[in-house]
Order: sequence, then structure tokens, then C-alpha cells
Amino acid sequence: MPEGNFCKRAPITTEEALKHLLTDKGGAQYYKEMESLEVDQAQLWEDLQKTCKSRTRTWLDICAHCGMCADSCFLYTANNKDPKQIPSYKLQHTLGEMIRRKGKVDTAFMMHAMDVAWSQCTCCNRCAVYCPHGIDTGVMNSYMRGILYKHGYTPWEMKIGSGMHRVYHAQMDVTEDDFVDTCEWRIEEIEEIWPGIEIPVEKENADIMYVINAREAKHYPEDIDDAAILFHIAGENWTVPREGWENTSLAMFAGDWEACADNVKRIYAAVERLKPKAVVGTECGHAHRATVVEGPYWAGREDGTPPVRFMHYVEWVAEALRSGKLKIDPAKKLKQKVTLQDACNYVRGNGLSKYTREIMTYIADDFIEMTTPGDHNYCCGGGGGFNGIGKYRAQRNIALKPKLDQINATGADFVVAPCHNCWDAIRDMKEVYEKDAHSLEWSFLKPLLIKMVIIPDHIEHNPD
Amino acid sequence: MIEFVEGPLLYISVAVFFFGLIARAIMYIRGLSQNLERIAYRPQLGRGLVGAFASIFKWLIPGGTHGWRRQPFMTLVFFLFHIGAILLPFFLLGHTVVLQYYFGFSLPALPSYLADILAIAAIVGLLGLASRRLFVPEARALTTSHDWLILALTAAPFITGVVARFCGGESYETWMLAHIIAAEIFLIAAPFTKLSHIVLYFLSRAQIGMDFAIKRGGHQRGSAFPW
Repeated sequence: MPEGNFCKRAPITTEEALKHLLTDKGGAQYYKEMESLEVDQAQLWEDLQKTCKSRTRTWLDICAHCGMCADSCFLYTANNKDPKQIPSYKLQHTLGEMIRRKGKVDTAFMMHAMDVAWSQCTCCNRCAVYCPHGIDTGVMNSYMRGILYKHGYTPWEMKIGSGMHRVYHAQMDVTEDDFVDTCEWRIEEIEEIWPGIEIPVEKENADIMYVINAREAKHYPEDIDDAAILFHIAGENWTVPREGWENTSLAMFAGDWEACADNVKRIYAAVERLKPKAVVGTECGHAHRATVVEGPYWAGREDGTPPVRFMHYVEWVAEALRSGKLKIDPAKKLKQKVTLQDACNYVRGNGLSKYTREIMTYIADDFIEMTTPGDHNYCCGGGGGFNGIGKYRAQRNIALKPKLDQINATGADFVVAPCHNCWDAIRDMKEVYEKDAHSLEWSFLKPLLIKMVIIPDHIEHNPD
Repeated sequence: MIEFVEGPLLYISVAVFFFGLIARAIMYIRGLSQNLERIAYRPQLGRGLVGAFASIFKWLIPGGTHGWRRQPFMTLVFFLFHIGAILLPFFLLGHTVVLQYYFGFSLPALPSYLADILAIAAIVGLLGLASRRLFVPEARALTTSHDWLILALTAAPFITGVVARFCGGESYETWMLAHIIAAEIFLIAAPFTKLSHIVLYFLSRAQIGMDFAIKRGGHQRGSAFPW
């Protein structure tokens, strides 16, 4: 069973291996080598027996093939109701078949399962809400990703992403020093405008420990500025940890459960070290799931809850607006028609839809819901890692359409999107569907709030 | 033959059905794992149970969930069939007599006109479910021969029973015998096929209800997930 030069079963654990894999541009050679990566059938069957127990087996067994899940899946509707995109079909013909054949499947089968796992399901879990038996195909798909990852059948970017977490403790090559440096030079950038502003690193007993998405440090440092400015205006006693600041988990998209556990343990260790009263995570859907919803279990916490209160950014904003820590200038509220794209992971996955709606009452005069809001929200089209996989770009582009149609149906040309993945998906909609989306504007909450918040008298501000 | 069917096989089939389904339920619960599913079943049991019951009962009400409301035809035929399927085996007059005679306990009997209506409604429901498998593209795409077998196993006791009741005449005895055999086959098959959903429906719904209540934001929503 030959492993290739790039395509190997084992996870990436060293910087050298990571850099080597990155030299295979787009994974062209990686995928070619995967075609001859033999399936370790005995191991596969053992893994399935050990980890696929009654819940998942029962889901596969009692599925009545009624098709009620079909319409709930945005990928089914986006792909002209292709029967192969029915949630039940996707898992019955991959994971279900793997089990029926007791792991005796070949490489082509596993690569097909990979295509399904990463390009036909974003683990948005919407189908679970529409199945009479409560079968959650998204959860099963995520489980299957774990199996595929372990056996080496994982998209190139996912292998790299989870490798980044293992090597740099972040989804990108941003080390702990890089992060602290970023905090320092960002303060230099903004302290003239906001005298007295700080990004306190590694401060003990703060009220809030703030954790971010590594790409904010790497590509969008203004986002860190914005967070700091809003905490400054709100008068929060806050800090960022030197280690354990990365809230996201490409490892979760990859199905690399070991790396997932490592990541969340680093964050929880920071909590233990710095003893904040609460943790606030940036505007990101999957990070919230990885750290707050799944995280406690990966970290081995018996009661399934994080070690201290963890808030998604939208919870903090809602609370700050409610308590008056942040006050909005009514004249500066959004005047045009505005709609809202929630991340599946914090609404269906964590029940936070009431907070985003509360926020909208403060910041928008003319807020309009999309059809199927809140817990029944549609994926933006780019969730679950879909945005980041070159091999499935064409499929991802098709997947953007239902959300674009929903946005257009509201008549709004401004979308509030408190999630990096959703934000990217909307940006890409503009590019891919130029004609239908050209006038669309979209934004995270932070830059919007900064434009409309009232700056209290005691806060010094020297606008340029 | 008749003696066997109306004697030992009746006891055997009922025993296989009950003990088989109980075994499936026990195996299901024993196979649950806090670590694999990542759900704190036991530490958060209180919240979990509230979620479990809501998850089960909302789906038992026609139109009680978004899923049912999205699919009116499915809802109609599903409930037409299932109401009869659950009530008739226990409360049809003939069945209460059998229960009394063979098992020594009696249940109140449905008025015969109501039982007739339920039986015919169930057959109409079954025809509706079958028509979905033929004509609704997403159901058709998923349907396998196993699904047709299940449908046939389910339909057989109803059809034979109704024929015996309404057009039996001289052949009443024959149709009745067919009815008993069909019912016994159904009972024996149940624990080993998708018919096991007779109990696993409740457990699977309870499980997903606990999942949403314990892990996926139950404490944020304040009430059960809006199925």
C-alpha cells in the first residue's frame, strides 16, 4: 500500500512536512498520489466498529427513505434537485455502504466518499430538523470526515489546515510571537486616534479574555483594531492570551479530532492561567462550535460545558447594547433595507439567533428577515470548509446560489454577517454572480458598530 | 397447520416482537456514548429529558413541526396510516377477544364503525405512502426493494383483515387465516428490519432532542428546540 511523496495517511506534524506539502501547488500531485493510496480495510473496519455505535448505526438502519430531508438541503435545491444530493442518499451510499461492506472498499470508493464529505455537505445540520426520525446527516458526515481523514482521504487544504493547527497552533502560520507582535504594532497604529487604548496581553483576572480567528492577525488586522476600539469604548477590562488565542478549528472541518482537542485545550489552559470572568470569541461561526459546543467534549469535560462562560461576539454586542456600555447614535443607524446572515453553527448549533435579532433593533431602521431565519437558517454556501477547497470550487460556486437568492428576495442590498465563512461566501457571490449581486454590500458587526457608536466624553478621540 | 398458526406461532411471534424490540431498545441505549456523540447525557439529564420529550411529541402531532408543515401530503398519508396501525392491533373488537383468550387481559374495544374507518383510512394511507415512492422524485430516488418489502409486510395484515371483514363470505375462514399469518410474519420481522422504528423512532427522536437540548443551545433557547 504505497504512500506518495505528498499524500500520506499520517497527519502533518512538522513545519518541514507542512512546507513540503505546500510546494505541491493546489494539491495536483497529492490527489494523483491519492488514487494509488490503498485502503487499509482491516483498520477501516476496526475503526468503524469502535466508533460507529448505536446512534449512527440506527440512523443508517431506520432511515425510511421517505425523502423528507431532500428539500431541507440547500445543496439539493442548488443542484437542480439531483437525487444524489438528497441527504439520505449521500450518507447511505458512502458511510452506509462502508459499513455494509465491513470496510472492504477500494480507493475509488474512498475518494468518492471524500468528494461527498467535503463537497456535498457543509455539516450545517439543517436536515436534522426536518427528519421525522431525527437523523442528523450533518453529524454523520462530520463523523465520516474523521474516518476519511484518518485513512488519508482528505482534501489537500484540509490536510494543510489541520497541519497548521498542529504545527503553529493556529489555522495559519501565525505563531504566538507573531500574534503578540501584531497586537503591539496595531496599538501603535491606532493609539494616536484613540489615546490610552490598549490590547492587554496575558493580563490576569480580566473580565473578558478575547480570542480570535488567526486570519484576523494575518490578513485583517483592522478587525483586531476594531475589537480593541469597541472594548475601549465600552470600558471593558479585557485581555488576549499569548497562547490559546486561536479560536478557529480547520481541524474540525478536516475531521482531525486530535488536533481539535489540542486547540481547545490551549484555549481552556489560557482560561485557567488568566482566570477571566468570561471569554468572548470573534465573529466566526465554526470557531464557536469548535470551542464552545464540541470543545468541552474534546477537552474531556464531563458536564459538556466550557470552564468559564464563553460568549460569541454577538452575545457580547447584544449585552453591551442592552446594558448601555455601547450606545448607538440613532442618526447613524443603517437607513437602507438590511438583512442578516447568521452562521448555522451559532444559531442551529447554539441557539443564539435571538441575540443577532436584538442587535438589529439597535443598528438598523429597516431590518428584513430572509425566509427560513434563525434555527432554520440556510448555510451561506461556503460552510464546513467548502470555501477553502480548490478542488471543489465549481461545486462551492453553485452552492452560493440559494443564499444569494434568499438575500435578493428580501430586497435588501446590505447584509450583516457576523461570521468569517459567511462573509467570504457573500464576497464570492459578488464575484461569481456579478450580475445578481453587484450592488450587494455586506459587513461584520465591528466596523458597523464603530461607525455608529456614541463615543463617551471621557474617551479621548482624535479622528484623522 | 391452522392449529400451529393459531396456537404456538401466535405466541412465538408475539414473543419475538416484544422481546426483540425490547432487545433493540436496550442495545440502542447501551450503545450510546457521551464521548462518541459528544453529548453529556447523564450530567445534563434534566434538560436533556425535556428536550427528548418535546422532540418526540411534536413529531407525533400532525402539522406539529416545520417538517410536517412543509409536506402536507406526506403528513396526511403518514397519519392516516399510523393512527390505525397503532390503535387497531390493540383495540379492534376481534383483537381484544384474542388478547383476552390467549393472553388473559382485556382492553376496551373500539366501536366497530370506528374500527372500520380506521382500517380503511390506514389502507388509504398506505396507498398514499406507496404512491410517494412511485411518484415523488426524492422518495423514488431513495426507495429500495427493502422498502417495498416493508410496505408489503405492513399492508398484508390490513388488506387481509379488511377483506375478511367486508367481503369474506364463504372464504372468511381463509382470509382470516391469511390475516393471522400476515400479522405473525409482521411481528416476527419487526425487530430485524426497518420496522424496528416502532421503538427506535422514540429512542432516536429522544436522542436528537437531548443533543439539541444539552449541547446545541438548549440553555440559550430557554425552551425546547422549535422542531
